[in-house]
Amino acid sequence: MGELRLMKGNEVIAEAAIRCGCDGYFGYPITPQSEVMETLMDREPWNETGMVVLQAESEIASIHMVHGAAGSGKKVLTSSSSPGISLMAEGISYLAGAELPCLIVNVQRGGPGLGTIQPSQADYWQSTKGGGHGDYRLIVLAPSSVQEMNDFVELGFQLAFKYRNPAMILTDGVIGQMMEKVVLADYIPRLTDEEINEKYGSWVTNGRKHNRQRNIITSLEMDSVRMENNNLRLQKKYARMEEEDVLFEEILCEDAEYLLVAFGSSARICQKAVDQAREKGIKVGLLRPITLFPFPQKPIAKLAKQVKGMLVVEMNAGQMVEDVKLAAGCAIPVVHFGRMGGIIPSPGEVVEALEQKLIGG
Amino acid sequence: MELADIINPNNLVYEKPKLLTENTMHYCPGCSHGVIHRLLAEVIEDMGIQDKTIGVSPVGCAVFAYNYLEIDWQEAAHGRAPAVATGISRTNPNKVVFTYQGDGDLASIGTAEIMHACNRGENMVVIFVNNGIYGMTGGQMAPTTLLGQVTATTPNGRDAGRNGYPLRITELIAQLPGTSYVTRQSVHTPATIRKCKKAIAKAFQAAIDKKGTSFVEVVSTCNMNWKMTPVKANEWMVENMFPFYVPGDLKDSSKNDPESYTPLKN
Ligand SMILES: Cc1ncc(C[n+]2csc(CCOP(=O)(O)OP(=O)(O)O)c2C)c(N)n1
Repeated sequence: MGELRLMKGNEVIAEAAIRCGCDGYFGYPITPQSEVMETLMDREPWNETGMVVLQAESEIASIHMVHGAAGSGKKVLTSSSSPGISLMAEGISYLAGAELPCLIVNVQRGGPGLGTIQPSQADYWQSTKGGGHGDYRLIVLAPSSVQEMNDFVELGFQLAFKYRNPAMILTDGVIGQMMEKVVLADYIPRLTDEEINEKYGSWVTNGRKHNRQRNIITSLEMDSVRMENNNLRLQKKYARMEEEDVLFEEILCEDAEYLLVAFGSSARICQKAVDQAREKGIKVGLLRPITLFPFPQKPIAKLAKQVKGMLVVEMNAGQMVEDVKLAAGCAIPVVHFGRMGGIIPSPGEVVEALEQKLIGG
Repeated sequence: MELADIINPNNLVYEKPKLLTENTMHYCPGCSHGVIHRLLAEVIEDMGIQDKTIGVSPVGCAVFAYNYLEIDWQEAAHGRAPAVATGISRTNPNKVVFTYQGDGDLASIGTAEIMHACNRGENMVVIFVNNGIYGMTGGQMAPTTLLGQVTATTPNGRDAGRNGYPLRITELIAQLPGTSYVTRQSVHTPATIRKCKKAIAKAFQAAIDKKGTSFVEVVSTCNMNWKMTPVKANEWMVENMFPFYVPGDLKDSSKNDPESYTPLKN
């Protein structure tokens, strides 16, 4: 069993990175996630595991530093919050185009623009539908507890390397700032250069070896037929993610007549809302997508045959609701309830929305 | 004398470096990129570091630099090569990393990245090809475009009031404590080519010795977008570019101030 601690979500990201054999972190401070780099700098992992931690001059630089390190087969991550992720959008598109694995943590705050430092879930579209240019997808994981902040660091890296694709932990200021008990993972050693060459020698750029051709990492292809083929290969990869790596949680769905769909911190609020509604005699369940891409289409489609309606609760103006509607089809009502600008809805408000928007309506 | 008498292995004084691939270069005839690529190939080969050197190519005419040198390469987004190189070199401290960038790439969209990488003293070499213009996109004004110079976006000549002043970025770079060797070279005559090769070799040696960032500007021509013959372009460069971009070493910490630089702790 791992070590039990009381920690902040942001601190746990740092701790989990060190413990999972991470080679590097490149970042730039922004609230509400500054503790990620602060914890790393305080822990001085370069003494312990050799992990590099660097405060870059900007988010633009940090994501391209991630690009360079990831291209040499290293396990690297960055973290930021909404306006910083917008700056990283260029680099994320390049990472996806060059098919490089890495982990990006977005501890969301309210927007658009400089917005607020309070929590929000308004970057759902940006994370799951692109954000940068071109047809690409990120693997997007949405933790709803400090424990999952810990667990998804290694999971994010595993998926990123499995698909050679950037992965994102999409969380928010609630989970980033919240303290909870967490069981930390045991240390995994960093890969040696020899191990990197053995595993990823076919693509990494860490110095041409005698026993392999030189490697080139690029997202450029001037020949449009070949570029279309690259795109087709990427699309195939995204389809494979949808087949093999969809994660979700169902709470009290067996007998549910109504369904709440929510991710991350909204899902925690909905858990309480489910209890409150059931006390009132409303049979409601909760489906929590854990991977926002690949999206749990099939379980939602299945529940659409069982329930009378779905309420999608998000801290935004209605983003994931579009994916839930697509999955559920047109047979049942799928409605949205959300608060914006850093306001966190209460469980009571959710039950009220359920009654007014679905049951009463 | 027959051609075969002249092109004869016995008469060979200058060979193609093994590190240069067989690919036909896409550069315009008369362009300086080809010569600079060759010098890089020679230096890396001479130093025997091809197995631990990683190049980072830019956005700009040299975007395809990776097609010509038999080493590992990464292509970077416009201006971000120093950040990409930082990521590689920090996590691979025993490798030799260099960026290859044009003036639009390095001195315009990538000003922040080059300044900070040099100021941090990243152990890497920067090859900065300054042809005073945006080559790849059709010859628009670059930060380095001279006053009065005609480009696609300054058709009546660069005007300070409207377009600001030409930027001597290398002079700025030389001020930064993270740089150990900063020099300005050219490749328009056999003599300057030889000098430039020495400068590139010195820069690579400094990176191997972990002395921080070495920066080699090569004042170059873009005869196509300057709309001149290669010979005329070279003459124009000597007459107009050199007085403003004066060739020579700007900083050589191996000579005058070895203490000025604190090596990076990885
Ligand atoms: C973000 C972005 N903006 C603009 C471009 C278009 N672009 C391609 S090359 C270039 C200028 C390159 O000029 P320079 O760095 O001087 O190199 P040269 O082509 O002269 O060798 C520009 C603006 C781009 N590829 N990406």
